[in-house]
Order: sequence, then structure tokens, then C-alpha cells
Amino acid sequence: MSEGLYSMEAKDFDKTLDLTKIKPYGDTMNDGKTQLSFTLPVPAGDEAIEAAKQLLKKMGFENPLVVYSKELTEGFTFFNCYGSLTHTVDYSTIHVPKVESDKMEMHECDEYIRENIGRKIVIVGASTGTDAHTVGIDAIMNMKGYAGHYGLERYDMIDAYNLGSQVPNEEFIAKAIELHADALIVSQTVTQKDVHIKNLTELVEMLEAEGLRDKVILICGGPRISHELAKELGYDAGFGMNTYADDEASYIAQEMVKRGMK
Amino acid sequence: MQVSKVGLDFEKVEHARGVAKKIADQVQDFVVNYTTVAVERTICRLLGIDGVDENEVPLPNVVVDDLKSKGLLGQGVCYFLGNAILETGKTPQEIAEAVTAGKLDITQLPMHNAEDIKKALQPYIDENVARIRARRQRREHYIETIGEGSKPYLYIIVATGNIYEDVVQAQAGARQGADIIAVIRTTGQSLLDYVPYGATTEGFGGTFATQENFRIMRKALDEVGEEVGRYIRLCNYCSGLCMPEIAAMGALEGLDVMLNDALYGILFRDINMQRTLIDQYFSRIINGFAGVIINTGEDNYLTTADAYEEAHTVLASDFINEQLAFAAGLPSEQQGLGHAFEMDPQLQNGFLYELAQAQMLREIFPNAPLKYMPPTKFMTGNIFRGHIQDALFNIIGQWTHQGLQLLGMPTEAIHTPFMSDRYLSIENAKYIFNNMKDIGEEVEFKENGIVRNRAKEVLDKATSLLEAMEQEGLFTALEKGIFADVKRPKNGGKGLDGVTLKSDNYFNPFVDIMKGKK
Repeated sequence: MSEGLYSMEAKDFDKTLDLTKIKPYGDTMNDGKTQLSFTLPVPAGDEAIEAAKQLLKKMGFENPLVVYSKELTEGFTFFNCYGSLTHTVDYSTIHVPKVESDKMEMHECDEYIRENIGRKIVIVGASTGTDAHTVGIDAIMNMKGYAGHYGLERYDMIDAYNLGSQVPNEEFIAKAIELHADALIVSQTVTQKDVHIKNLTELVEMLEAEGLRDKVILICGGPRISHELAKELGYDAGFGMNTYADDEASYIAQEMVKRGMK
Repeated sequence: MQVSKVGLDFEKVEHARGVAKKIADQVQDFVVNYTTVAVERTICRLLGIDGVDENEVPLPNVVVDDLKSKGLLGQGVCYFLGNAILETGKTPQEIAEAVTAGKLDITQLPMHNAEDIKKALQPYIDENVARIRARRQRREHYIETIGEGSKPYLYIIVATGNIYEDVVQAQAGARQGADIIAVIRTTGQSLLDYVPYGATTEGFGGTFATQENFRIMRKALDEVGEEVGRYIRLCNYCSGLCMPEIAAMGALEGLDVMLNDALYGILFRDINMQRTLIDQYFSRIINGFAGVIINTGEDNYLTTADAYEEAHTVLASDFINEQLAFAAGLPSEQQGLGHAFEMDPQLQNGFLYELAQAQMLREIFPNAPLKYMPPTKFMTGNIFRGHIQDALFNIIGQWTHQGLQLLGMPTEAIHTPFMSDRYLSIENAKYIFNNMKDIGEEVEFKENGIVRNRAKEVLDKATSLLEAMEQEGLFTALEKGIFADVKRPKNGGKGLDGVTLKSDNYFNPFVDIMKGKK
């Protein structure tokens, strides 16, 4: 399996960066080098390796290389592969919708709220529907926070209520009304069979039916949530991987000021 | 005298254990006076009542809800079922069917004396107790004849939602080296106040725990166990509102391991604390009798609270879980007390703290098959670092002789494991377990070093916490949010309306039989 360890192939492609035609980078501009791993439902052997290579070609890889294969259980073979991708994308024309707010750290954010809103803001969060995972909502809400970013409970100018997991949408809305929430945060961790989409949509519909949708800032978060998806579902903003309490607090505070919510 | 590699003072350990016993005794004083709808449904199942009505309501629910609606739950199902056997000559199952059909009201029959009622139940009690005993012997026979994997047992999870697909995944896992297969339950099952019926093929994030699903998986694991020459244990979740019912179903179908924590449901599912503590008692009696290893859920505390700062709450809870298990007659050898490798990977010397805690637990609970949980909180989607985090976790598992090593997956936090993820994780663990096999016997820790100091600190803090809890009682401690930073009111949460004070006629024959054992 040593072929390809030290590539002797001539690198006769154009090595200048062109943002209208980018492709993966291994160690040389435009080499297209990519690593993949996957399992095929066939027994191990030369035919399996050939099948993996053919699949790589169909995906658009040149010089497909199967560097490791192993039968995991009878009739299923796992592959580690490399190849040079032929496809490119135009980076220069990409537009991704993003949450439009400036990120402030906790003290800045408290100060901003004090000056521009002049009262504590009320944020109610929950992992709703059947979702039993509290890890996401806890990372955002709990005092301690996550990865060095304090949670909303620690903010002087935020009253944060964490309702925990498996909160039915009805109960979530009732609590929002009772607490006069300015903003609602919904966490969704379980996304199998798109259960989160159904649940998130139901909440928006119920808020609309109650005439509350425009009175609160509604955001959702979770590892499979993007801002784009959130907007599509009728949320004001969505927060995915690698976002923290300060991202959400900054957005909520600035959005309230923008809307003139006092 | 036991020698400690981390310099533990075993007098302190015994003191802490004694305090935990007093806390558990306070709980027991409360628990023995009450029953719940779940306990009574469990008794129905142990008397052979099974099946569902035309609305998919399980017959044990029909019988118990009928008593509850008449305000007679405190008398217990045994009293009425035994009497109905005498009056009608029917079996418990036939009686339940007649109640379901609205043809029989077991509360309106002339009542016989207690002695006769107990006698009428005896054949049905004996039948199912014998069935559970046979299941236990069957496991022991398998282990004697085809053998089992060495500890730490490799514990993996399947979670497709479809029991038949789970079988494929589970058998593949066993062939790759797994010793325990846990079938994760569908999201939300813990809050159902009934157990679904039959084989199921739809679930979210897991598969329904049903007696038929248990049977299907047990058969599949016996097949693959014979093939690979190793007994493969089956694990499910004896938690939530149907805790003791699941214990009974598992005992009848030959499950080997059950998640069965006294506090988990209270903290993480907002189930009422009275309900959970009463339910866990009967669950553990059944699990103890059936030879099932229970797993406690302390690892979960660290997914919400900080793993470094709150390590002593894990130890304190392990002490309490141990005493509550003893109170139910469940021996050390079946106590898979929980803990986890959940410190922030950025923490300097985090590995040494984790190692200290794992070794400390090993020495404090020398006979317990400790359940060690992998990193989850700081798994980020960087699968390459995640694989290394899991490797560090595996090193400690081998080093400190953990009992059940719940394998971490590099793709934690991304998706439920692919077949290849499981392969990579098992390969990781087997490599380390073999390559570092005897490291625990070769290394001890220096006086006043990081490891010894950490172990001492955690034990001292856990002891202080237990002492404070002894003053206040467990119920108050839970109300104050001692564990996992979660606060729960004594009369709040789900399932409280299923709790009833036992009245004079109450009896549950299974408690004495199963605590008497063998």
C-alpha cells in the first residue's frame, strides 16, 4: 500500500490560486487532495477495492487511492481513501446569511443593556418537544457556561430561565407569557428523521396563533442548526456549532434595541 | 488491610460509607410505606399479566388504573387479584382480560381472608420466579461454558429505532469485540407511564424498550455469542416512570445490565423524587434477584456541572447509590456505579485528575464493576482529536480496572454511530487494553503528588457533602440542587399522582422472595 506515499507524479497543473475555481488543498495549490472514509456493503477483497475506486471516480476524483480496507463484519468493508478532486467552486460569489450583530463579551453586553435598554432582559430557554438532551441549552444558559464562555445566568442584566429538556411547546409558551419573556431560545439536539424541524415549526405556528410571534425574539440553536435554516423556519436567528452564550446575548440585546423593545 | 495506590485513608472511606448508609436509611424509612402505579403494574406482570387492549393500553395499566380510579391502589393489586382467583377460578391473565372487557369488577367481589388470598397467588408467583431464576442460571451456564470477555467489558450502543436493524448492528459489534450491547431507548420513553407492546421499528434516537424487543435482541446475542465464543450481555434502561416494570421484563427475558439510578430520573427527567425512590427500590430488588448488573448515572451530573469542580458529587452519589442498592439486596458485584471522563481537554494535567478519580473509585468500591463513561461534553466534531480523547479515556479504563467501559465514538455529537465508528472505537480500546495491560500493577503514585492529592481532596469534599446531607436528608438536598446543579421540589415533577400510601391489606410477596434470593 506504499504507492502514493511519496508521490512522483508530475504536478503539471496550474498552481496559482483562483478564487473563482477553488478546490481542496493537500500540499500544493490546486492538487485537489481529499481524504474520505466510508463503508460499502460488500465483502473485503480486490472487487471491493475496485468498487471503492470506481465510486471515487464517480464522485469526481482523479488518481483514486484506497490506502486501507477492512471487513467490519461479514459483508461490510470499510475504506480509507485519497483522491484528487476535479470539481471546483466559485468562492467569489458565495453569499451566506449570517446573524447580523457585533459580538460582545459578558461585561460589555451587560453595559450595553444597561445603557440602551435600561432594564434586565428576560430570556427563557428550553430543549423542547421530545428532546431529552440538556447539553445544548445548559451550555448557553447555565452560570458556568461552556468552553470559557459564561452562560446567560451569570449576566447581571439578563434574567435567564432554563426550563430544561422535554418541555412541550404549550408549556414553553405558557412560561414565556408568565415571565414576560423578551426572547425565547429553543435548543434541539436530536435531529434523527428531522424531528427537530417538525418541532421547531410547530412552535412558530403556536406563537403565531397566540399573537406572540412578533412580540418576542425567537432563536434556535443546536449542532445541526444554521442561521439559514432558522430563518426558513420562521425564527429570527439560528446558532450552530461553535457559538456560545455571548453570541446569543449580543444578538438578542442588539436586536431589541433595533426593534425599540424597552 | 487494603493498600491504596493513591494514598486513601480507608478509615475515612468507611466513615463516608457510614454516613451514606444513614442517608439511605432515611430514604428507606419513607419508601417502605408507599407503593406506586408502576410497582403495582410490575406485580401484575410478575403474575403473568401481559398484552394490550384494542387501544394499545397494556393490561397491567388497565388493572392498576381501575384500582387507582376507585381509590383502592393502597390495598395493592395482589389483594384483589388473589381474591379474584379464589372467587372466579380464573388465572391473573384471564382476570385482567375480563376487567379490560368490563365484565368483571375485582373490587366488588366478596373478600376472602388474607391467608387464602396469598395461597391463591402462590402458583403464579412460583411460575415467574422460577422463570427468572432459570434465566439467571442460563446466563451463568453460558459464562461457564462459552466464556466471556475480560474486564473492562467493551460496552457499545445501538440506536437505529428499528429492532431488526439494531440486531444487525449489535451482531456486527459483537463480532468486532463488544461484550455488552446497549439498545438505547427512543427519546421520550422515560416519560411514558406505560410500556409499549410488541416488536417496534420506529423510534427517535433509539428503539422502544418492549418485552418483545428484549426477546428479539436476546436471541440475536445468544446466536452471535455462540458464534464468537463469548457471552454477549444485553443492556437496557430501567429508568423513568416504568422503572420496575422494565426490571421485571428484563428479568423475564434474560437481560444482563440495566441503567438503574436512584436519582437520575429526578434530576434529568424531572420525575417526582418520591415516585423515583419508591420505584427504584422494587426495581433493584428485581435486578438483584435476576443477577442483573445495574448502572448508575452519576456520569450525567458532569454533563451539566463541571467535571473538575463537581467530582465529589459523583463520589457522594456513588456512596448513596451503593447503600440504596444494598437496602434492596443487590450485592456489590452487581453495582455498576457510574463516573465519567468529562474534564475539559484544555485543563492542564486533566488526565492526572481523571486518573486519580478513577483509581480512587476503584479502591473505594473494590468489588463493584464500575461503569466508566467516555467524553461527550467536549467532543466537538473534530473527530481526530475526539479519537485521542477516547484513547486517553481507554488508558485510564485499563489502568484502573474499570468494569464496564462505555466506548466513546470519534463521531460523538455528530450522529448515532456508524458501523465504522464502532469498529474504530473497539480497535482503539483493544489496542490500548492489550498494549498497556498491566500498567496498573507497575505504577504507584508519589507522596504529595498531583494524583494522591486529588484523590484525597475529592474524598474529603464528598464526605463533607454527605455529612451535610445527613443533617438535611436526601429530599432536601435534591431540593437545594446539590447534584448536577439541578433543583427539584419534593412535590413537583412528573408521576407524583401515581404514589400511594400502603394500607392495611397491602402485600407484595415478591419483595421477600426476591430479597431472600436463590
